[in-house]
Amino acid sequence: MSEKIYYTKEHEWVRVEGNIATIGITDFAQSQLGDVVFVELPEAGRDLKAGEAAAVVESVKAASEVFAPVSGKVTQANEALVDSFSLINEAPESDGWFFKLELANTGELGGLMDRAAYDDFLKEHA
Amino acid sequence: MSETPKHTPLYDLHVKLGGRMVPFAGYAMPVQYPAGILKEHAHTREAAGFFDVSHMGQAFLDGMDGDVAAAFETLAPGDVAGLAPGRQRYSVLLNDNGGIMDDLMVARAAPALGQNRLFLVVNASMKDADFTHIETKLRGRATLARLDDRALFALQGPKAVTVLARHATGVEALAFMETGVFDIAGVRCFISRSGYTGEDGFEISVPAAAAHQLAEKLLAEPEVAPIGLGARDSLRLEAGLCLYGHDIDAGTSPIEAGLAWVIAKRRRQAGDFPGAGRILKELAEGPARRRVGILPEGRAPVREGAEILNEKGETVGVVTSGGFGPTVNGPIAMGYVVSAFAAVGTPVQLMLRGKAVAGSIAALPFTPHRYVK
Repeated sequence: MSEKIYYTKEHEWVRVEGNIATIGITDFAQSQLGDVVFVELPEAGRDLKAGEAAAVVESVKAASEVFAPVSGKVTQANEALVDSFSLINEAPESDGWFFKLELANTGELGGLMDRAAYDDFLKEHA
Repeated sequence: MSETPKHTPLYDLHVKLGGRMVPFAGYAMPVQYPAGILKEHAHTREAAGFFDVSHMGQAFLDGMDGDVAAAFETLAPGDVAGLAPGRQRYSVLLNDNGGIMDDLMVARAAPALGQNRLFLVVNASMKDADFTHIETKLRGRATLARLDDRALFALQGPKAVTVLARHATGVEALAFMETGVFDIAGVRCFISRSGYTGEDGFEISVPAAAAHQLAEKLLAEPEVAPIGLGARDSLRLEAGLCLYGHDIDAGTSPIEAGLAWVIAKRRRQAGDFPGAGRILKELAEGPARRRVGILPEGRAPVREGAEILNEKGETVGVVTSGGFGPTVNGPIAMGYVVSAFAAVGTPVQLMLRGKAVAGSIAALPFTPHRYVK
């Protein structure tokens, strides 16, 4: 199955397989946050619009919102995070994913960056 | 403040150690090192943490004719005159309304440092205001000398004494809140047994020119790790200690803040400190609001600014410091509530992102103090 990964300026990644997008935060984002001590995830069935606050991730220092990079219906939240917040620090771009959603409009993916563009973005902004 | 942050004498060392530098009180300070706040916090509770607190204000206050302590007592409610040489106290500068202008450490200088002299350590964010206030109010009675050419370290944790005694002979004999002059590698340092973590430990004032070299000596000890401002905040919050500008400010009285113990018995009887009218009234009748500890239920941290409601949903207070307590392993907070809701165990609700989270008033500190007796 073809799989493609997109990135946002808010330091999220979106892995698309078929009609399902898996969403998490990048390694850069977790390094900026520091040790994660709490996460609040969206419930399955919730309809999210692109740009809407979808999850909250809290480090020792501060709370940060995670925005839906694309619109869709949440199919699953990563329950493994609830018992092991440290997955977000240890494996942010794999096991530390936040939630999956069913894409409402695949056209929105066109507004996101690929890895090379995100790496350039990091060089300019980080 | 958009000015370029100042550097402490340890700036280059922080960068070399991988510290993430952030602006704080006009200085570029490390909020954490690569180990991260949770590990830094735990390391301080288990071994020894090294903190750069050179941004704080240090000064000598010298008496002119009379006792310098008597002069200082016109600004603060503690028993400063009763301090034996080398002894230190936590105190507060009060405004005329009995509000806290700053909290600080005051020591009667050890004889080796000079006669009729106090050694002051004040908050970084308030040092200019404090020193101006002290100079202005005590003109003709005392002279203030800022020690801007000195750095300040804190070495905190159960192994701090073992480590420091390898370098400062005899430092283990200091009692809690006692100060002395010691040589470390031939450099004269002012050391006090005190800190801001709830652990045993020391604050070490060193000449700026020797700071980098002395810091590296302490950091080379196997028990010692560098600790940033992030863990400094989580450690002090667990220890129930106030952060100026958050848990106490110019509107807060020491009685509201649960700091009645900073007002010495002799001073209460004399009523001879700024704002004595309000403070003595609050002592007699009880203040309208009190600083309390708060334990939110669940895992979500409740942070500064969160409203505190009673069981009926009425606002009864506000959180002034809150976050995650690594040793407690859960969310903890401090705040002010109407006195009727201040008893330990009182159920409250905390507003978090528009939703009410259950919690209760808790005893402070969250983590027992482990000061030496």
